[in-house]
Amino acid sequence: MNFDLSDEQKMLAEQARGLLGERSTPDRLRSLIDSGAEWDEPLWREIAAMGFLGAGIAEAHGGLGMTELDLGVISEEMGRANVALPFFSSIVLAADAIQLAGNDAQKAAWLPRLASGEVIATFAYAEGAGGWTGNALQATFAGGTVSGIKTPVADGGIASLAVVLVRAGGKPALALVPLDQPGVTRTRLDSFDQLRAHYAIAFDSAAAELLDAPAAGQAIERLFDRAAVQAAFEAVGGAEACLTMSRDYAMQRQIFGRALAGYQAIKHKLADILVGVELARSNAYYGAWAAENAADELPLAAAAARLSAIGAFENAARENIQVHGGIGYTFEANCHFYYRRERTLTLSLGGREIWANRLIAHIPGSQAEAA
Amino acid sequence: MDFNDTPEEAAFRAEARTWLAANAPDFVIRDGEVLSDAEEVARGRAWQARLAEGGYAGILLPRSLGGRGGAIMDAVVFGEEEGQYHLPKGPYIGIGLGMALPVISKHGTPEQIERFAAATLNGQITWCQLFSEPAAGSDLAGIRTKAVRDGDDWVVNGQKVWSSWAHHADWGILIVRTDPTVPKHKGMSFFVVDMKTPGIDVRPIRQISGLSDFNETFLTDVRIPDANRIGAVGDGWACAMTVLMGERLNQGGEGKNGGIAELIAYAADTPRDGGTALDSGAVRVALASAYAEEQAEKHFQARLRTMVSRGENPGALASVVKLAYTNRYQKTAGLALEVRGLAGLAPPAGDTETRRIQYDYIWSTALRVAGGADEVLRNQISERILGMPGEMRADKNVPFDKL
Repeated sequence: MNFDLSDEQKMLAEQARGLLGERSTPDRLRSLIDSGAEWDEPLWREIAAMGFLGAGIAEAHGGLGMTELDLGVISEEMGRANVALPFFSSIVLAADAIQLAGNDAQKAAWLPRLASGEVIATFAYAEGAGGWTGNALQATFAGGTVSGIKTPVADGGIASLAVVLVRAGGKPALALVPLDQPGVTRTRLDSFDQLRAHYAIAFDSAAAELLDAPAAGQAIERLFDRAAVQAAFEAVGGAEACLTMSRDYAMQRQIFGRALAGYQAIKHKLADILVGVELARSNAYYGAWAAENAADELPLAAAAARLSAIGAFENAARENIQVHGGIGYTFEANCHFYYRRERTLTLSLGGREIWANRLIAHIPGSQAEAA
Repeated sequence: MDFNDTPEEAAFRAEARTWLAANAPDFVIRDGEVLSDAEEVARGRAWQARLAEGGYAGILLPRSLGGRGGAIMDAVVFGEEEGQYHLPKGPYIGIGLGMALPVISKHGTPEQIERFAAATLNGQITWCQLFSEPAAGSDLAGIRTKAVRDGDDWVVNGQKVWSSWAHHADWGILIVRTDPTVPKHKGMSFFVVDMKTPGIDVRPIRQISGLSDFNETFLTDVRIPDANRIGAVGDGWACAMTVLMGERLNQGGEGKNGGIAELIAYAADTPRDGGTALDSGAVRVALASAYAEEQAEKHFQARLRTMVSRGENPGALASVVKLAYTNRYQKTAGLALEVRGLAGLAPPAGDTETRRIQYDYIWSTALRVAGGADEVLRNQISERILGMPGEMRADKNVPFDKL
């Protein structure tokens, strides 16, 4: 048994951390917000050139064919730098959907362009407050077109392609819909996360095709599970950034004649954040390992990774502002990026309740599993 | 990253499995079998002797001490396979292997190692730990039990507490104050003491669980030969640290698997409004989150083992599992009782599951204190991993008798 990143993976992490830390600085993020930008386009070109976008895409389709864990290493750094990039939408969700459910022609048509960053795609699943499960799923594929309203859709303005969760013949399916066509209307929403734009997208008999590889039937759950693992890595990166930020602030802030970091109320708070981060990281590692090596364990591992990551990032993001005190409430301090991003990661793919249900349904021997 | 056994680990696992299948069944505590403490210790000694014969006692201990000289993964693999059987492996064995042998082998003389190593490995000698005192728990260096030199002996007077299974131990590892005129960490010395020495009085403590796992141990004019001193006079704190480091690294193993899955099944077994308690979203979220945490503890432990197997010292990271595990254990036992409703307070006769959970809820309070209290662990994590300042101290560089 060996439960650690390889030396190559550690180098990849360092490389990603170096680049993203240098480019996606807090001042850069503030200027993106002030200009109303939907993303950091120059940085996207740069990480595409580094090969990060194609990391998880097969070599035959222009990617590097790396593992879920390699991708996780990159996701963690995306979270640490709180990037304004459509990495999660275009790579973790849309490209993976095409890999899991697309036929050979669909893969050949889109994956190389997603890997190169030339095309940006997104995954449109939610239909308002009702979500996307059960009867909430109303968008329909029929006769080569999709109709329905998806909202909110992350990165829906900059994407030119969407993988859309639809009903087809009464069953959930994934449809591929180019977004620059007359049957698609996109409306920018006021996004809680100022660094990840969200849209409402109305499809009115928009031209579409189903992702219809033979294995497409199981692809939807697998897609959510794999994305949950990647989101967990991203949350771990964000949570650790909050931990480092609050530690550094507490070390330099003087209060009642000594460093704030010397008070047990602060020390113990940060120790608890560290425990949460390390436990969440451990479950994320296992989720990535299961995605590659033990597909039958993935649903349980992904749900566990998801729940741990939500708890860790939520606590870290909240307490980070608390440790900073009043300064943490200012736009000039950097806590707010993470406080908002945490909600994005927690609400995307569904919060605790959905994943708790999924976890309990997959516990070995549980009644739900038997059913 | 690979969760599977390496070829070497797989080979050792197969070997261990075969050996255990041939040897373990005679020593297993069978379902429903009730053993007195004395019987359990006797069977534990016998199993330890069998392990020693087979070469599986003290897998991590060097061959020079009669151990196997194995790698940490060998100990993990053997522990997993041995754990398939319900064998008598209580503190009466664990204190000797995990505390007494490491401190004797690191700080003892060749004669002391010769005398105690093999006899501990094969179960002839069992041990207890005489460290904590009524006024010295987390602040262990505050001990007051004192030893005064008298010819070739030391004369010990004082009181120790929380000594697990001391009533069945042959020997104790003991830390005492030998010089109260120097600052507290410097004035201590370390001994091994024969528990049959006159003047030692072991009294069971009546615990909140109703059981008596722990004892208080009174020492009145107990004479210990100087030959039984471990390390130099005044080096007691270094010896105690050796013991405590071993304790922390071993604690991770407490992360029992399957615990939360059982509680989920328990909720599914509890009727509620025509369905079961597990139909409640709140109950599902709480139990699923606990399950996720339990898995995370297991995987975190795997990360620590990977570090140790490479010769890296996880340091204060070892505190993470203990802190997480004990708190989750208490929280989920309390939740399970709440899920059960009033029947969680007073279950009908025969509901052994609820009784076990009640016991867990009581016992978890001891685990949060014993072997590193939550607050001590949080200090260690914040100071040693995060580099935050140490606590302000009023006892630094002050002679013990001036405190």
